[in-house]
Amino acid sequence: MEHMTYHYAVDKRATGTRLLAIVGVVASGNLEVLVERVLADKDCEVVVNTAVSGFGDVWEAVVGDFIERTSAGGLRMSINDGGARPDMVSLRLAQAVASIAEDA
Amino acid sequence: MNPISQNDGHAQPAGAAVTWYESSARQRIDGLLDTGSFNEFLGPEQRETSPHLAMFDLPEQFDDGMIVGRGQLDGKPVFVAAQEGRFMGGAFGEVHGAKLTGLLRASRETRSIPVLILFDTGGVRLQEANAGELAIAEIMRAVYQARLAGVPVIGLIGGRAGCFGGGGLIAACCSALAVSEQGRIGVSGPEVIETNRGIEEFDSRDRALIWRTMGGKHRWLSGGADRFVDDSIEHFRAAALDLLGTHSSTGLEVLQAEQSRLERRIERFGKCEDALDIWRSMGVATPSALPELDYSSFMALGDPIRETRDDAS
Repeated sequence: MEHMTYHYAVDKRATGTRLLAIVGVVASGNLEVLVERVLADKDCEVVVNTAVSGFGDVWEAVVGDFIERTSAGGLRMSINDGGARPDMVSLRLAQAVASIAEDA
Repeated sequence: MNPISQNDGHAQPAGAAVTWYESSARQRIDGLLDTGSFNEFLGPEQRETSPHLAMFDLPEQFDDGMIVGRGQLDGKPVFVAAQEGRFMGGAFGEVHGAKLTGLLRASRETRSIPVLILFDTGGVRLQEANAGELAIAEIMRAVYQARLAGVPVIGLIGGRAGCFGGGGLIAACCSALAVSEQGRIGVSGPEVIETNRGIEEFDSRDRALIWRTMGGKHRWLSGGADRFVDDSIEHFRAAALDLLGTHSSTGLEVLQAEQSRLERRIERFGKCEDALDIWRSMGVATPSALPELDYSSFMALGDPIRETRDDAS
């Protein structure tokens, strides 16, 4: 297992009023993302637990790229990964932010 | 209000019935219960994960593949437990099992709120085998304690992993079961039988053999399940409501009657080599055509000849 935590200072707070959402499952080529609205409006944190070691650079690039394109201020996203490819990771992150952006 | 999103990225075509088989555990709960009524206990944000998987360098899931909580079905309170069959094959581990045990004990305390178990499991998780086996024993005891307190425990089976191993034992303890054609019920699964008894006994790659031996159609015909449903969340919801309304009591007499029925079943079908022989002796004219029948044709054929199920299967 490899564990990584990324912190970002962002411009915009994530929309919506939900406090929590979860998408995906931990299976081969898949991952789950638990997203919680627990941080200050300009902070964002992504915590990765992955079964596949040695891909830190790819994670940093994929997550960094996603945060740049999204308003994810105030969110902590916790990932349990079963060996998903980058496109699946981006998809799940987008679903997680879309889910929590709904109103409670 | 349930704060957890049911969206797991498996979009389904608008207007089409939502398939149980293809849905995640959270989608099944969402579609089964009255909209927005589900309240999860020990949700993923509590991070009550397996204490064993890290030792094997395996990833955890925040809900350990078991989602438990309380909601409403047609306005009435129910407890519900759902296994996520895609996480470790829905297998029972220590936390996964304890969540179901706790839910069943809560229903026993209330003496009124029924339990729906959405099985999707290959059995016990090998990485935490002892804890998992103990969990199965605790759950079986808790099912009977709930039932003896007057609470129905209904199993719904139609997921990808089927309902095998200890899951099959728990299912046999339930008040009633609903199964779809895709659902499979058993204790030893195909690979286990082949490994232990040889390929002549059971060819685990023969999918037609698997489904006619353990699949929903055969289980329902032979009295191993109470309702046969089409593969949709809507049908499972209707079957759950129906079974909650027709729940029978349990006790020594009921179990003795069931034991006698199972003895008669062995007398009647004990010599059969294959499910096809069983169906023939039940009066099906062309047994080989049965697996191909659609839902309504199969129901029309099966309903008059099926074995009724008294209690345990």
